[in-house]
Amino acid sequence: MTPRPEIGVPTPFGPALAAVYAGTLARARAARAPLLFVASLQSIGLIVLMRFIVPTNAQPEHAQLVAGAVILVVAFVALNLLAQRIGALKARGALDYYAALPVPPAAVVLGLTCGYATFTLPGTLITAIVGVAIYDLPFAHAWVLVPAVVLAGAALAGLGAVIGLLMPRPEIATMAGQLGMTAVLMLDLWRAARLPDALRVVRAAVPSTFAVDALSAALTDDPDFAVVGRNLAVSAVIAVVSLMAANAAWRRALRT
Amino acid sequence: MASDDGQANAFAVDRLTRRYGDVVANNEISLTVGRGEIFGLLGPNGAGKSTLVRQLVGLLRPDSGSVRVFGRDLAAERGLAARATAYLAQEEPALDDMDVTTAVELTGRLRGAPKAQARQAATLLLEEVGLGELAKRTVGKLSGGQRRLVGVATALVGDRPILVLDEPTTGLDPVARRAVWSAIEKRRASGTTIVLVTHNVLEAETVLDRVAVLEAGRVIACDSPGRLKAELSADVRLDIVWRGDPPLDDAAVAELAARSVQIGRRWSARLPVDLARETLGRLTAGPAFEAIDDFSLAPPSLEDVYLALGGSADDLERA
Repeated sequence: MTPRPEIGVPTPFGPALAAVYAGTLARARAARAPLLFVASLQSIGLIVLMRFIVPTNAQPEHAQLVAGAVILVVAFVALNLLAQRIGALKARGALDYYAALPVPPAAVVLGLTCGYATFTLPGTLITAIVGVAIYDLPFAHAWVLVPAVVLAGAALAGLGAVIGLLMPRPEIATMAGQLGMTAVLMLDLWRAARLPDALRVVRAAVPSTFAVDALSAALTDDPDFAVVGRNLAVSAVIAVVSLMAANAAWRRALRT
Repeated sequence: MASDDGQANAFAVDRLTRRYGDVVANNEISLTVGRGEIFGLLGPNGAGKSTLVRQLVGLLRPDSGSVRVFGRDLAAERGLAARATAYLAQEEPALDDMDVTTAVELTGRLRGAPKAQARQAATLLLEEVGLGELAKRTVGKLSGGQRRLVGVATALVGDRPILVLDEPTTGLDPVARRAVWSAIEKRRASGTTIVLVTHNVLEAETVLDRVAVLEAGRVIACDSPGRLKAELSADVRLDIVWRGDPPLDDAAVAELAARSVQIGRRWSARLPVDLARETLGRLTAGPAFEAIDDFSLAPPSLEDVYLALGGSADDLERA
């Protein structure tokens, strides 16, 4: 009988994260294109519809609408679909698969959330292009789209994971995910100044709001980069807190 | 028990107890699994087999008692079980969305193999279990048996020193089942320890070195299949299948009716050798012979052992 190594070593964080991320992206390959584009239909529909409703000479409103619609795509996939997906995985006992492997829990959560944040990219790009074209917005500072989508993606995916992991039943996780998406739809598409005071507080509590406001400021003729920078910085903090919460929820869900 | 496990045993389980509410799923279970052994857990549904293995792989914490793996306390080291074992659950829904190769490759990478090495291992394993032609298919769209084989391949990838397999051959056709048994045997030959949950008596007799028989959360027997059967060696099993209604007015038939388990037209009785021979003689010589469709006289199987120990045969598989 050949002697053999007994107990292996833990898989390091980086390779584990890369593997989970690749596995999550493989899901998109299996599901083909719909997962990537269905999310943008609702946002593009809103952009077109609102063209007939908002005044034509209100660039800040237009920029806010387009920025909100872009991040709504992120909310659809990273918050709503991920909450559904993780709720379903948990209900079917699929978390055991990861729990029985020698990987850091944070790598699994981050791999799943980053995967879902990535799914949002094609939809956000299409929505941004359509929105900018329809409202004739300046595209010069559109690079803000990248950090805004990444940070909103991380924040909303983290929240989506928390919902999926902590809700007692997958139906409730689905409903909570949809409520979260509705909050983005109701509050992030309009400038804070347009809302009553009470709703402004609620708006500030939506994890994607600061990313939307950063993008919205960047889509105007003369962006105030202090505002953009401040909003992105707050978004980054929210993203980190959200991912940490997802990690804590994951550890809690595995504890049996 | 804890004192002598040292480095000798892959698992040393000591008075392990786990409850779900009022139900005691595992009741003071103690057993050892030697290195390089194929150790089986046999019992009907609900006997506590899965609860036990989920504690062996660290997915479930015991209410009391301990599990030591290669002499180290599972509860004292976070992640120890995941590093020492590969676990195949009864279902593996986490992989349903991926293609077959990716599922196995991903698992290999999560056990620490570099990407290229994991892919190569996945390809070889899929050939070994007969899934080579399905490598690009989505796991969730395969048949139940094919999905089971994917699960077996994910358990084998990464070459862990201990494999804990919860019903690896359920739903498999005989050819696939043989492929899995042969893969298990090959791993054992290279020093791997295997813990196998089964309710298939043929599997238990064919592949296991030792078997623990579980019933209602307790181990009711633990030994090699051969030795367990030897305890019943004075008895044989007489099976009769009737063409239609058995002729109960025949004295030999009436006597057998009183001593047999009857499932439809199939009667099965465990009898001392002499009595079995005599009964069969009377049946085949008399008028009852016309009503017999098939009969057999066989040495006791593990199923007989199991029944003799007080187990219920309802959900044991025999094929």
